[in-house]
Amino acid sequence: MIDAPHGTTIVALTFDGGVIMAGDRRATMGNIIAQKDVEKVYPADSSSCVGIAGAAGVAIEMVKLFQVELEHYEKIEGAELSLDGKANRLAALLRGNLGMAMQGLAVVPLFAGFDEDTGNGRIFSYDITGGRYEEHRHHGVGSGSLFARGALKKMWRDGLGLEDAVMVTVEALYDAADDDSATGGPDLARGILPIVAVVDADGYRRVSEDELNRIVRMVVANRQVRPDGPNAALSSGEQA
Amino acid sequence: MSVPFYVSPEQVIKDKADYARKGIARGRSVIVLQYDDGLMFVAENPSRALHKISEIYDRIAFAAVGKYNEFENLRVAGVRLADLRGYSYDRRDVTGRSLANAYAQTLGTIFTEAQKPYEVELVVAEVGETANDDQIYRLTFDGSVADEQGYVAMGGSADAISTGMSQGWVGGMTFEAALGLAVDQLAAAPVGGNTNGSAEPRTLTPGQLEVAVLERSRDGRKFRRISGHRLAELFGVVDDSDAAAGDPL
Repeated sequence: MIDAPHGTTIVALTFDGGVIMAGDRRATMGNIIAQKDVEKVYPADSSSCVGIAGAAGVAIEMVKLFQVELEHYEKIEGAELSLDGKANRLAALLRGNLGMAMQGLAVVPLFAGFDEDTGNGRIFSYDITGGRYEEHRHHGVGSGSLFARGALKKMWRDGLGLEDAVMVTVEALYDAADDDSATGGPDLARGILPIVAVVDADGYRRVSEDELNRIVRMVVANRQVRPDGPNAALSSGEQA
Repeated sequence: MSVPFYVSPEQVIKDKADYARKGIARGRSVIVLQYDDGLMFVAENPSRALHKISEIYDRIAFAAVGKYNEFENLRVAGVRLADLRGYSYDRRDVTGRSLANAYAQTLGTIFTEAQKPYEVELVVAEVGETANDDQIYRLTFDGSVADEQGYVAMGGSADAISTGMSQGWVGGMTFEAALGLAVDQLAAAPVGGNTNGSAEPRTLTPGQLEVAVLERSRDGRKFRRISGHRLAELFGVVDDSDAAAGDPL
């Protein structure tokens, strides 16, 4: 294995009116933390976003090319590609990287966007050979995604509002950082927070620093009391 | 074997230029002008799909008159050049000047070497950090480039519009004032290169106009089209685009 920066957790989930994607800020190189504040969630265009896990250099280059291709198409044709069209294009870029992936420089992106045709947020995952799979409700990629996906399963529900949805992604990333050494938790001392992006009918935007700071501090404060995070209700104990 | 008639190079160039000028004069006009928050593009264009005004890159836009297939060709080449350069180097390294140079080379070569010159006239405009940094390049069919200040008009009634603009345009106009001026000039200009006598000013409706801006204060890609409902609002006539489409000129 080549010692290039890798290791990540990216999560995405749909909420009422769109989709949210969040990523931690740590890049690792073997046992070393290569960077504390790397950004792994990018706007693909004005109505979709892409998060990356895997070999950082290759992944960032792939995102850059993907962004140029979407913008180029939009300007030449005077209209955006459909969301499925964008997802397929990313699959083709991944397939082009198969040779490098076989040599250890794999990239695994997560793609999400707002579909103008259906009015919903949609999530797509990929394998290194360019297989494209649509995910429903929520998904995660990267070394810490197993832990994050457990948290997402327990916390996601129908009709999540935007603020609750942001909270769920932060909780899921916290759980990932708790158990995966290659995923960084929120670093309040340095003011390094996860990247949280929202895509809805108004397009792509980052959750504002103030809003995110408030939510992250709330999650961290709650973890001082319950280090393992909120308890999922058991159906036998619930009042129907 | 027959000997071809000798035609002097002067005559060849003159014929080509006349041919191109005639083609351009048949079309309706486009105005590019500075306003307080950037550059504005106003074209008389009843089509919703075939644009005369387009985005090239973050700060750069393109406007053209003449033959659609020819300027569309140039537009696509410009977008390709800009995207490729931005991808290879950095987004800041894509400049209006280099794009204008590339267009000048292309148009110049076509004018001298091709059977028929392109019947087009282009503007490449770049919005800067301040109004002083704005750049407007006008390119004609033979590849000559002119660096324009404040405003420029192209198309069939370019001369009449330029005269009108020189009287009405001042630096730092508001968006509404600049749009009003440009629309008045387009409406007052004689149609189809008919320059004899002053025709009655026409009434232009939002459905007949293509409007876009490069907004200085906007982040990232600064190009924005003003169309549909927003344009109708500016004219004080909401939702009459269907009626407008049927209006005689």
